[in-house]
Amino acid sequence: MTPAITLTDVVVAYRRLPAVHHVSGAFEPGTLTAIAGPNGAGKSTLMKAIMGLMPLSSGRIDTAHVSPRQFAYLPQAPEIDRSFPVSVLQTVMFGAWQRTGAFRTISKVDRECARACIANVGLDGYEHAPIAALSTGQWQRTLFARLILQDARVILLDEPFASLDERTTDELMALVHGWHKDGRSVIAVLHDITFIRQHFPQTLLLARERVAWGPTAETLSQDNLIKAKAMTDRWARDGERAPQHHHDHTGHAHA
Amino acid sequence: MSAYYDLLVSPFMDFEFMRRALVACFALSLGAGPIGVFLVLRRMSLMGDAIGHAVLPGVAIGYLLSGLSVWAMSLGGVVAGLVVALLAGATARTTGMKEDASLAGFYLASLALGVLIVSAAGSSVDLLHILFGSILAVDDEGLFLVVSVGTLSMLLMAAIFRPLALECFDPIFARAVGAGGGWAYAIFMGLVVLNLVAAFQALGTLMAVGLMMLPALAARFWSENLGTIIVTATIFAMVASLTGLLVSFHVELASGPSIVMTAAAIYIGSIILGTRSGLLARLLRRPHYHDPKEARR
Repeated sequence: MTPAITLTDVVVAYRRLPAVHHVSGAFEPGTLTAIAGPNGAGKSTLMKAIMGLMPLSSGRIDTAHVSPRQFAYLPQAPEIDRSFPVSVLQTVMFGAWQRTGAFRTISKVDRECARACIANVGLDGYEHAPIAALSTGQWQRTLFARLILQDARVILLDEPFASLDERTTDELMALVHGWHKDGRSVIAVLHDITFIRQHFPQTLLLARERVAWGPTAETLSQDNLIKAKAMTDRWARDGERAPQHHHDHTGHAHA
Repeated sequence: MSAYYDLLVSPFMDFEFMRRALVACFALSLGAGPIGVFLVLRRMSLMGDAIGHAVLPGVAIGYLLSGLSVWAMSLGGVVAGLVVALLAGATARTTGMKEDASLAGFYLASLALGVLIVSAAGSSVDLLHILFGSILAVDDEGLFLVVSVGTLSMLLMAAIFRPLALECFDPIFARAVGAGGGWAYAIFMGLVVLNLVAAFQALGTLMAVGLMMLPALAARFWSENLGTIIVTATIFAMVASLTGLLVSFHVELASGPSIVMTAAAIYIGSIILGTRSGLLARLLRRPHYHDPKEARR
């Protein structure tokens, strides 16, 4: 099987400090993968790199058959200006961008699709509510409706359930399972280990470097979790000093 | 009845310069209304002010080369404004510094250069004319320029509306879906410069910023819908133009500042009376909605 997204020795750095350090591996097509790891492990950075929103310092990311247009991305919640004067329906409609583009007319069918997506996330009746008036949960549902309308093959979610209650989390997770059943690849950054064990067949455990990657039960072993914590602790303790290297390279500077 | 006629209509019936001034201001309102709204939404409310200053060296050079020619001064202003806007944008993009910071750096340099050129040429009266304008001096060429820019602005803003709105609302999503609003934003910046320069003869570049920003800021207090906000801002700009011109005519005050002061009055009125987040609306608690459909206005 051809891997959908292959990472080869990926390094991503902020101001020369690597946030993702020599990570290699592959997200197989149609898999449901969690990215776990402590704070500062580079989880969100890796997602941005896959979306092409962050330049790589070195290494490569191949998306074999999947065109960049087939990727959908949900950033962490606070990244959007909620005071912007648009309604739920208008926000969701942007999910049809691949069809409407910058200039094409939005057809009645597109609008009906958007309404269906809004109903799908349990927000019917809220189509014309301004987004400033929504609760955290309703806002996240709105963004999920936009994801549904995008109809992407690969869906990346960055902390999609942070600060959501149980009911909202369950309903949105059911949508994620639905995407998985459709054969889409879903990659989600998550913190809750118990939740990952419950819902995600595959896990990538990250601590700047790849700690483990594979079936969740094996990846999230006690040993690996302790290892991940130790690796990030080492970075925190040593400040800006680099971790031990198993090889020489000159791709980027380690202060 | 005839008292109202004397007050509101006869100034425009009797004096050609008043008619020209009104048409010029209405044309400016059509472009400045929507542009101001997007500047506010982009959190760049002070950018118009910066660009308004940045055009000075270009206008001054145009003036030195061909005297009080509308076209030479406008062309110079547009070039200087675009150079500053592009340099600021490019610096922000390549260095990761905030856009307002790099804009501040470049416009201050540009303004100093402009003052230097004007003072080296030896006349300060013309500098005042450039920055504050005089509506009574709008000639055929100036009117033609303003109306062209107003028309172009409306058409272009309508064309780039969707990518520009997405770029301002959710730039990460815009990049992720490949909508890269970069070109839409570049056109938008061009329109900001063009509108401020077109206004220099009528209102003066600095007063034109007032006609651009104050109605947009005021409109934000009346609606939660982008389309409605834009229409409201445009209407506010037109009302301010009409009222300001009449006030300046009857009380014999400078026209540009009168128009902007009227816009400021509308803004302050909106702060107090605005239905969305105005002070009165906060004081007089109205019953909350029981169905989300009620919030759709």
